[in-house]
Amino acid sequence: MLELSNIDAGYGGFQALFGVSMTVKAGEAVAVIGANGAGKTTLLRVISGLLPATAGTMTMEGVSLRATPPHKIISTGIAHVPEGRRLFPRLSVENNLKIGAFIPAARQKFAERLAFVYELFPRLKERRAQLAGTLSGGEQQMCAIARALMSGPKLVLLDEPSMGLAPVIVAQVFDLVRRIRGEGYTVLIVEQNVRQVLRIADRAYLLEVGRLKASGSAAELAASDEIRKAYMGI
Amino acid sequence: MRIPKTALIGVPILLLVPLAVRFAFPAAEKYYLHLLIQILIWSFIYTGWSLMGRFGLTSLGHGAFTGIGAYVMVLLWNYAGITPWIGIPVAIVVSIIVALLVGYPCFRLRIVGHYFALLTLALTEFVRLCIVGLRDYTGGSLGTQPRRFGDGVSLYALQFEPDRVLSYYVALALWALGLYVWWRIDRSMDRYALDAASQDEDAAASVGIDVTREKLKITAISAAMCALGGAIYAQYQMYIGPDTIAGLSVSLNIVFAVIAGGMWVMLGPTVGAVFTQVLSEVLRVTIQNSAALQKVFGSAVLALDTMIYGLLLILFIIYMPKGILGTLLERREKKQETPLVPAKAGTRS
Repeated sequence: MLELSNIDAGYGGFQALFGVSMTVKAGEAVAVIGANGAGKTTLLRVISGLLPATAGTMTMEGVSLRATPPHKIISTGIAHVPEGRRLFPRLSVENNLKIGAFIPAARQKFAERLAFVYELFPRLKERRAQLAGTLSGGEQQMCAIARALMSGPKLVLLDEPSMGLAPVIVAQVFDLVRRIRGEGYTVLIVEQNVRQVLRIADRAYLLEVGRLKASGSAAELAASDEIRKAYMGI
Repeated sequence: MRIPKTALIGVPILLLVPLAVRFAFPAAEKYYLHLLIQILIWSFIYTGWSLMGRFGLTSLGHGAFTGIGAYVMVLLWNYAGITPWIGIPVAIVVSIIVALLVGYPCFRLRIVGHYFALLTLALTEFVRLCIVGLRDYTGGSLGTQPRRFGDGVSLYALQFEPDRVLSYYVALALWALGLYVWWRIDRSMDRYALDAASQDEDAAASVGIDVTREKLKITAISAAMCALGGAIYAQYQMYIGPDTIAGLSVSLNIVFAVIAGGMWVMLGPTVGAVFTQVLSEVLRVTIQNSAALQKVFGSAVLALDTMIYGLLLILFIIYMPKGILGTLLERREKKQETPLVPAKAGTRS
């Protein structure tokens, strides 16, 4: 579904990604793990076009992403749930969802998808008139995921969904991710919370200072001594 | 579409105003109509500005657009004999082009907030300097007049100034057009897109909003409205000067009036126009009639109104950021809500 090969990217003179190649197949949940500053967020920003890649190729179902402007990426079926949720804080929950269905193809199916999202996350239905900025952290994450689903994506990019949340809520957020997987969405998730994310992913890539260091099934990586030592504190 | 009750009552009242003025102030009919016409034309210009202002695009450059509207139309009429029916569309197109030329790099490079305000401020000054510099045609800082056609009332020359009642209806139509544009935009998907973009540009782009395009669209509409307003204002005043219809004083006046009236409600700019026009008239009359004030301040008394404006602007921004109408509506809403949601003071420890 998603194919990256030899992607370079950076900020100004600083290169953050070096020749990253990866694939995500339809129906998979793929995790990208790594420490702070490894380039995980950069990778997702490159895929969703917010940061232009400087070299390499990137396709979504055969469509070149590097040739697609940022606001058109979503029409290829990729929805990005950015780091730190990035809701529109002064809009109501429902208006956030409405904007999630901004692209013309999604607007027609707005009512249908809204019903679906409210069924998936009943809490959001209760809070629909509330300003998004006044939701709790877990609810904001829920709203951010729901907003992404409103565009009817095939692939959902999740950037650190557990960031800044209390441990109890983190478990709930991973449960949300499991639920959207269950609905048939393909998921590419970036996380520092290695132990938890390897439980819900099928495969994972390990990113270290901008380079892919390892890849394999989630179970393999979770069993690897090196990763257990460096990222799980065991 | 359901017509709201306020419109059902309001429209006939507004149409009958000239009659009411005639009965109420038979001696000063012209003066009061003049005041109303000024309010309506400026309301239209203010409404045009508020389309950008409400989405965080605080422009100090709209004096440039009103100036372009007025000057392009008048110069085409005076020197080429081109009727304002063509001159105004040309003026609108010119001001849209200028708006896009300035807007595109701004929005592409994500110049927002203070920097956007500064950049647009420079635009205002640039246009004013052009007007002053081209003094052979524009009359420089003294301004110029549209050439009068016949007895001054003409459909061909779009001149109506001597007939105050007619002018009132022209201004009223313009004002209504402004509200219609505001209302259309308020109900469009573009409004959501711009609201989103003003809060988080990255997130807006990632849900598929072409932020640059949306901003350019609203800027073009806003500039076009100000150009049209400037042109109609020129036709009504039958005089244009770099300080009355172009330049920084106009830009600041627009911003002040809209902030005072309320940026986020449809009639906010109108309330702002009523407030500023009445205020400036009251100040003018007070200053003119008061020998004491003139004695104390000397010739500086003429700048007194500007000083009071500045002071009020600061007070509004601090204490009433939603403006007069915005604050009033909010209060009313809260009052209506209170019985439904009783305050739960003391239930939480």
